[in-house]
Amino acid sequence: MYDFAYHKPATIADAVKILSADPDARAIAGGQTLLPALKHRLNRPPAVVDLSGIAELRGVKRDGNKLTIGALTRHVDVANSPEVQAAIPALAKMAGSIGDIQVRNRGTMGGSVANNDPAADYPAAVLGLNATVVTDKRRIAADDFFQGMFTTALEPGELLVAVEFPIPEKAGYAKMRNPASRYVMAGVFVAKTAGGVRVVVNGAGPGVFRQSEMEKALTANWSADAVAGVKQSAEGLNGDIHGSAEYRAHLVTVMAKRAVAEAG
Amino acid sequence: MNVVTPFEGIGASVRRKEDLRFLSGRGQYTDDISRPGQAHAYLLRSPHAHARILSVDTAAAKAMPGVVAVFTSADMAGLGGIPCGWQIHNKDGSPMAEPVHPVLATGKVRHVGDPVAVVVAESRAQAKDAAEAILVEYEVLPAAVDMEAALAPGAPALHDTAPGNLCYDWQIGDKAITDAAFAGAHKVVKFETTNNRLVPNAMEPRAAIGDYDTTSGDYTLYTTSQNPHVIRLLMGAFVLQIPEAKLRVVAPDVGGGFGSKIYHYAEEAIVTWAAGKLHRPVKWTCERTESFMSDAHGRDHVTRCQLALDAQGKFLGLRVQTHANMGAYLSTFAPCVPTYLYATLLSGVYAIPTIHAEVKAVFTSTVPVDAYRGAGRPEATYLLERLVDVAAAETGIDKVELRRRNFIPTDAFPYQTPVALQYDSGNYFATLDQALETSGWTGFEARRAEAAAQGKLRGIGISTYLEACGIAPSAVVGSLGARAGLYEVGTIRVHPTGSVTVLTGSHSHGQGHETTFAQLVADRLGVPIAQVDVVHGDTAKVPFGMGTYGSRSLAVGGSAMFKAMDKIIAKGKKIAAHLMEASVEDIEFDRGTFRVAGTDRSKALAEISLAAYVPHNFPHDELEPGLDETAFYDPKNFTYPGGCHIAEVEIDSETGRVTVVQFTAVDDIGRVINPMIVEGQVQGGVAQGIGQALLEHAVYDSAGQLLSGSMMDYTMPRADDLPPVGVATHATLCTHNPLGVKGCGEVGAIGSPPAVMNAVVDALRDYGVRHIEMPATPAKIWNIINAGRRPMAAE
Repeated sequence: MYDFAYHKPATIADAVKILSADPDARAIAGGQTLLPALKHRLNRPPAVVDLSGIAELRGVKRDGNKLTIGALTRHVDVANSPEVQAAIPALAKMAGSIGDIQVRNRGTMGGSVANNDPAADYPAAVLGLNATVVTDKRRIAADDFFQGMFTTALEPGELLVAVEFPIPEKAGYAKMRNPASRYVMAGVFVAKTAGGVRVVVNGAGPGVFRQSEMEKALTANWSADAVAGVKQSAEGLNGDIHGSAEYRAHLVTVMAKRAVAEAG
Repeated sequence: MNVVTPFEGIGASVRRKEDLRFLSGRGQYTDDISRPGQAHAYLLRSPHAHARILSVDTAAAKAMPGVVAVFTSADMAGLGGIPCGWQIHNKDGSPMAEPVHPVLATGKVRHVGDPVAVVVAESRAQAKDAAEAILVEYEVLPAAVDMEAALAPGAPALHDTAPGNLCYDWQIGDKAITDAAFAGAHKVVKFETTNNRLVPNAMEPRAAIGDYDTTSGDYTLYTTSQNPHVIRLLMGAFVLQIPEAKLRVVAPDVGGGFGSKIYHYAEEAIVTWAAGKLHRPVKWTCERTESFMSDAHGRDHVTRCQLALDAQGKFLGLRVQTHANMGAYLSTFAPCVPTYLYATLLSGVYAIPTIHAEVKAVFTSTVPVDAYRGAGRPEATYLLERLVDVAAAETGIDKVELRRRNFIPTDAFPYQTPVALQYDSGNYFATLDQALETSGWTGFEARRAEAAAQGKLRGIGISTYLEACGIAPSAVVGSLGARAGLYEVGTIRVHPTGSVTVLTGSHSHGQGHETTFAQLVADRLGVPIAQVDVVHGDTAKVPFGMGTYGSRSLAVGGSAMFKAMDKIIAKGKKIAAHLMEASVEDIEFDRGTFRVAGTDRSKALAEISLAAYVPHNFPHDELEPGLDETAFYDPKNFTYPGGCHIAEVEIDSETGRVTVVQFTAVDDIGRVINPMIVEGQVQGGVAQGIGQALLEHAVYDSAGQLLSGSMMDYTMPRADDLPPVGVATHATLCTHNPLGVKGCGEVGAIGSPPAVMNAVVDALRDYGVRHIEMPATPAKIWNIINAGRRPMAAE
C-alpha cells in the first residue's frame, strides 16, 4: 500500500472534522473492503480515519418498535445479539451469513451499508426493512440512500452513524453465493412491514433494487407460491464467468421463494 | 536401551512428528528467513499477453528512495535461459521446438505476468514504489490464447523458433494396427473433452533469497522448492554458470507444492545473481495475485478420442488426439506431461489390444503449464473413465459390467500395455468390489428416489483408475527424452550411541516424511522414531537428490533408505562378528539386535555403533570405523497404484448447485507405512479432484487477461465443498521395490474427477446429457436443467 496519514478520532465530531477538511480522506471501519484495496494499491487516500476509537458508534438498542444499530457494530455482534434475534431474526441470520468468520469478526454494518457493494448483504436488509440511515447531519430513508453501484446519498465528509430498523411483521433472506468469492450472486430480502410488503434484490444487478412485481404478488398473497411465477427480467443484470444475466434473473425468483419460506 | 513399540513401525498410524512445529506456528518457511543486510526484490511484470518491448526507462526508478538497483534483461547478457528438463521428439524424429526462456523478458513479452524488470530496494514497499516509476514502452501484438487459434494458419507467432506455435507433434502406439481394429469394430464411440486449466495455489506462495559470501565466493539460495538439488543443477549449470561446489540450495519448510514448486523459476536465478552482483542478500516473496500469473498452471488439454468395441463390449482399440497447452515458455517438466505421463496411461486398467495417441503441444500467450498433482495421469484417467461411461450409455451395457469385461485379468501381471508401460501388479476386481460394497452401490436407486422426493437430482459415478508413479527408472526416462536420471539418494547415519540421522533427497512439503521415514528406520533397525531425525532440503547436508513429485518419495526415496540400511546391517554384522568372535555368516540381525545364530550371544545396535566409532581393537585392514552408509536407488519400473472411486452427488435443480454427498475411495497403493498419513494424502487429493470437477477453472479472455486471476474469481475448494471421504486400501504389493510400496500422493486427484463428473451426468440422465465439461458450475448445470427433460440423443 501507499503511505497515508492515519487518524484515530475518539468522537463523531472529530471524525467528521477530519473527513470534511479533506474530501479524499477515507473513513475505515472494519477494513474488509478498503484494506484489500489499499494493499492492492487500487486506492491512494492521503489520509485514513480509523473509526474504531469512537465508542458511540457501537451497539444495538431496541426502542419500542425500532431497532437501532450503531454503524461500527460488527456482523458477529449483530448475528449474536439477543435483541436482534428476538426482533428481526432474519437480520441476525443475514449478518451471520456474511463472508466467513474472519470477515464477520472485523466487518461492520456501517462499512457495508456505506460502501454499497452490489454483491454485499446489508444493503438488501436495510432497503428491505425500510430502514432509516442516520448520519451525523440527517436521516435518510433507505429508498433514497442506495443510488447504484458503490454510490449512496452520503455527501463528502458525512458519516454514517447508525441505522434504524423498524421491526417487521416477518422477514426472510435467501441468497446464492458466488462460488469463488462467496459474495452474493443473487439474493432476495423480503419483509412484511407496517408500510407494506418489500422485496429487495441484491447481487444480481449493478445495485440493490426493489422488485415491485413480487411486492404486488406477495401483498395479494404472502406465500412462496405467489412469487414462484414472477419472472425477473435479465435486462441490466450482471453477467460474468460465474453466470449469465439470465441465470441471475432465474435465481432471483428462486431466492424470492426461499426468502418467503424462510420468513414463514 | 532401544525399544521400538509395536506402534511405531510399518503399518502404525503414528502422529506426525513435524506437526508440533507446524501447528504451533514454528515452521521455518523461506519467507521466515531473513539474512543480515538483505535487500528486497520486486518484479515488474507485463500487463500484456503479447507485446514487443520498444524501450525500458529505469532512470526515474533508480532515483527513487531506497532503491539499490534496477535490472532489465540488458543487464543479464551472458546468462543462460531457464532450461527445460525434457526433450520430446516429433513424429518425424526431429526434436521439439525449444525456444529460449530468458530470465527477464527480452525483446518481447509473451504472457501477462512475464517479468520485464527487477527492482532491488531497502524495503519491499520501496521496490514496489520504484517499479511503478519504470517506463516501459510496448507495441501490443495480437495474442494467441486459445490453442486452436494458436495453431490456426496466420496465428500470431510467439517464438521465431516455433513455427505455427507448435512445440511438438508426437505420437505413441501403432496407427496401422489401431486403424485395422477400428475397421473391424462392431461399434465406435466418439468423445471430445477439455481438461480444465488449473492454478495450483499452494498455501505458501513462492519465495526466494539469494545470498553471496564475498570471502569464499559461495552462493546460497533459499527457495520454496520440491527439489533443491535439481534447482542447484539447473540454475547453476545452465543459467548462472556457478559450479555445484560453490552453490548451496536450501528448501526449508515448504507449505505445499502440488508440482508447482518442482520447476526452476526465473525469480530463483534473479535473486541469486543479484546477490552476487550487489554483494547483499536479496529476498523476493510472491504475492498471491502475482502467483496466479507466475506459478506454472496445470492440465489444459483438448482431446478427441474414439473407442472401438466388439458386440460383447470388449474394447478393441483406442484412438486419441490431444492438444496440450504449454503456455508461453517450456517449464521444467512441461513437455513430458502430455506425453510420457499422459499418453502412456491411456490403457488405464483395461486390456485394450491397440492404442494410437497423437499429441500436439502448443505455445500460447498464457502462463507456462506444467505438472500439477497427478500430471498427465488425471487427464488420461478423466478421458478414459468418462469415455467408458459414454460407451456404457451407448451400448446399453451396465457401466460396472462394461468395466469388469475389460479389466486386465488379475492373473495377467506383469501386463504389457500397447503404450509402453508394463504393470507389475494389481487387482482391479478387488478394489472395485470393495468400493461397490462400501458405497452401497446396489442400494443407490432408493437414495435417488428419496432425493427426488425432496426436489434434488441425485447421481452416482464410478471411476476405476490406474496411475504410474514412483518415477522413474533412469534408463527408461532417458530413452524417452529426460535429461536427468530419476533415482533417489538416502543416507543412514547411525551415531555412536545408536540414534539415527536420515539424509534424504526426497523433500517433504506436507507429506509427513519426517514421520514415515522414521517409521521405516524404526521398523528395520529397531530405533525408536524419537531417536530418528530426518534431514532433507539442503544441498549442503544431503549428498544428492531428485526431490519429491510423482508420488516417488516412498517408492524411490524410501527404497534408497532401505538399501542404505542394507549396508548398515551388512557392516553391523561385520562389527558384530568381530566383537563376538564369530563368523559374519553366522550373524543374524532383527530389529536392532545382532545375534550369533543358534546362541544367546547378541549385541544391540547401539553397542555396535559405539564400537564403530570407538574402534580400539578393529582389524583396520578389514573393517573401517564409522556406521554411515549412503545408497542411490534407481527404480526398475514405475509403480502402478490403482483402485476405484465412487462419488454420489445431489443437484439442487433450482440453482444447479452440485453437492458431493458421499465419496468412497478404495486404493491399491501397495504396502502402507502410516495409514493416517495415507488417509490424509488421499483426502487432500480428492479435495483437489473435486475442486477440478466442480469448482476450479483458470479462464483467460481473448486478449490473454486472466479473468480468474484471484481468489475472488478462482474457486478453490473449501471445507464446506467437501463430503466426508471414506478411504480404504487394498494392497497388492509392488513387486520390484524392496518395500512393496506404490505411492499415495496423487491417487486422490487422479481417481476422483471422473467419478464426480460421472455422478453429475448420471444425476442429469433425464435431461439428455451425454457429457458436461469440468467444472460443473451451478450456472452450467442450470443451463442444462433449464433446457428441459429430454431423452439422450443417439450419437
